[in-house]
Amino acid sequence: MAGKAAKPHTILLGKIVKKATVLRGGGSAFPGLFMEKIDPNFIAKSLSQLPEGVIVISGTNGKTTTTKMVVELLESQGMKVFTNRTGSNFTRGVASSLLEVVSLKGVLDADIAVLELDEAHAVHFVRTVKPRYSLLLNVMRDQLDRFGEIDATAKLLEVIAEATTDTVLVNREDPRLVAVTRGITHAHVEYFGLDSSLLKDFPSDDDMRATHDSRESTLAALSVLKSLDTSGATFTLDKKDYHATLKLQGAYNIYNAAAALGLVQIVKRNDVNYTALFASLQQVQPAFGRGETLIVDGNPLELVLVKNPSGFRLGLSSFAPQGYATMIAINDNYADGRDMSWLWDVDFDSLKQEGVSMLSGVRAYDMALRLQYDNVEIGHVTPNLNAGLKDFIAGNKQTPKRIYCTYTAMLAIRKQLGTITKVEKI
Amino acid sequence: MKKTLRILQLYPKDMNIYGDWGNTIVLKQRAIWHGYEIELLEYNQGDEFPGDIDIIVGGGGQDTGQMKIKDDLPKITNQLKKLADSGTPMLVICGLYQLFGHFFTTYTGDTIQGVGILDMETHGKSERLIGNVVSKSNEFGDIVGYENHSGQTFLKGETKPLGTIEKGVGNNQEDSSEGARIHNVLGSYLHGSLLPKNPQIADWLIETAATKKYGEFTPHVIDDRFSDEARVRASARPR
Repeated sequence: MAGKAAKPHTILLGKIVKKATVLRGGGSAFPGLFMEKIDPNFIAKSLSQLPEGVIVISGTNGKTTTTKMVVELLESQGMKVFTNRTGSNFTRGVASSLLEVVSLKGVLDADIAVLELDEAHAVHFVRTVKPRYSLLLNVMRDQLDRFGEIDATAKLLEVIAEATTDTVLVNREDPRLVAVTRGITHAHVEYFGLDSSLLKDFPSDDDMRATHDSRESTLAALSVLKSLDTSGATFTLDKKDYHATLKLQGAYNIYNAAAALGLVQIVKRNDVNYTALFASLQQVQPAFGRGETLIVDGNPLELVLVKNPSGFRLGLSSFAPQGYATMIAINDNYADGRDMSWLWDVDFDSLKQEGVSMLSGVRAYDMALRLQYDNVEIGHVTPNLNAGLKDFIAGNKQTPKRIYCTYTAMLAIRKQLGTITKVEKI
Repeated sequence: MKKTLRILQLYPKDMNIYGDWGNTIVLKQRAIWHGYEIELLEYNQGDEFPGDIDIIVGGGGQDTGQMKIKDDLPKITNQLKKLADSGTPMLVICGLYQLFGHFFTTYTGDTIQGVGILDMETHGKSERLIGNVVSKSNEFGDIVGYENHSGQTFLKGETKPLGTIEKGVGNNQEDSSEGARIHNVLGSYLHGSLLPKNPQIADWLIETAATKKYGEFTPHVIDDRFSDEARVRASARPR
């Protein structure tokens, strides 16, 4: 056991704060903040005990679902995994999740930690905890109002790669990530990727207005998404093809499954139980709000989180609008990004035939304006989210429903849906 | 025979990252709604510069995007100047707006020569200016948008500001100006995209182009209620 365990009394205090916060219905970060103040080394001390070290997962899109997949896949290999399951991807969220599982003596009973970290917080985190493995998913146009430029975000991910001690797993089809990890020499760099026939379905921001796809890599990938079909997908691992029937929906979730599979191969090296691995992958459900399905009035209601143009494009191409009533909810709070420009980098032609039943959220009219220019028919525009959601449900009782929503809109919608149906607590 | 307008986008491959594609979408759709046919053309590095252009649009990019196009820009400077002098309407945003001035000196000290149509210079600073903007223009009324830039631009001579800042920062932290205008060339830092929430500017670009080419322009009525509502809400949002 490296490092000293945390002092029992600080952990006890932290646990009490955690319980009190939960009882008050508060968020997941406050107890973490409390621990940061009274025992700044709490996270490092707890995580340094893990025999298999720490995995950090970061990138613009897909962190939450990928983290969930990696956890479940590693568990299928018999590992005991610690994770920040709450989707609280800041350092405080990690401290808060740790409080739930460490003993009063500070013992963390797990083999490995799988942590989802927001790019900016990951940089802060890796200063104190060096990950043994890191997974860099993608760097896309998102929250430019926070990070300024995509290239600046790529630099953040470079810092994570540099802090990694064993292996960095990188999305081969993301030119910015490949560039920033090219110089890594102290750790191994491995790749996950797409078959070249699928590249056109996953446009990068750079190729958005380009006529030819400039990607087509010569780098060898550990794990490749070979093809998609109606029931699932085929992956190539170690030159062998595996077909999996999936509960996961959405092409981007399935591509991230290739990342998760690659990561398990790295961690388990030559000791992978492939039967158990794919049995587990077939059972993975998407994380909350990422193609999550709830039941309202006996009909499914799907929540699709859209945070940036590439995510919105992939969402629209992954879920067919036929037979569904569609709502779009756009907020512009800090966590969503305040700039609405990104809506103009998404093509909404696919919604033309069915139209959109309800537009809601603080920036509902920006969305209406966008759809007007793509000649998509609009039912109602109601900026008040509670009223919009209520009318949307009441007006489409007999129909399956789908809501595309930004981050804070999703949280608000889940909260309100929790009063009428079963919604998993996050 | 239907009247046609030819719209040229400058460097869409390298200067497209901030959603300025919305400006092209809006110009194209509104021109169609006003009764014109549209030909959409692109100019990227190394291409032949097309002739008979009626409107030019250009967007923002990464700093690296600017570095990519800087060697190509001198090759088309003369054509752009001729078009500007002859009254061709143009709209350039952020990164290309900066490069329509004399030069842009980056924070790290590199200087990129601009085309010099707008009498202005830009200096890279350490601070990034980000947030919602409202500016006031005599000709276009309130202009609503979103800025995200670290270069600060200073106007000189005949080049006038597009508007005066009511909310946000604009060209620089000193003189409350936003954007620039000379002949029929408009430059601005504003994304949003700019034209969807400022259709008055889109219509002016179309009217200027149509009048220049066909000697007349009769606007059709376009339903701008969503734009009106979106403007009100954007103006009321925090910085």
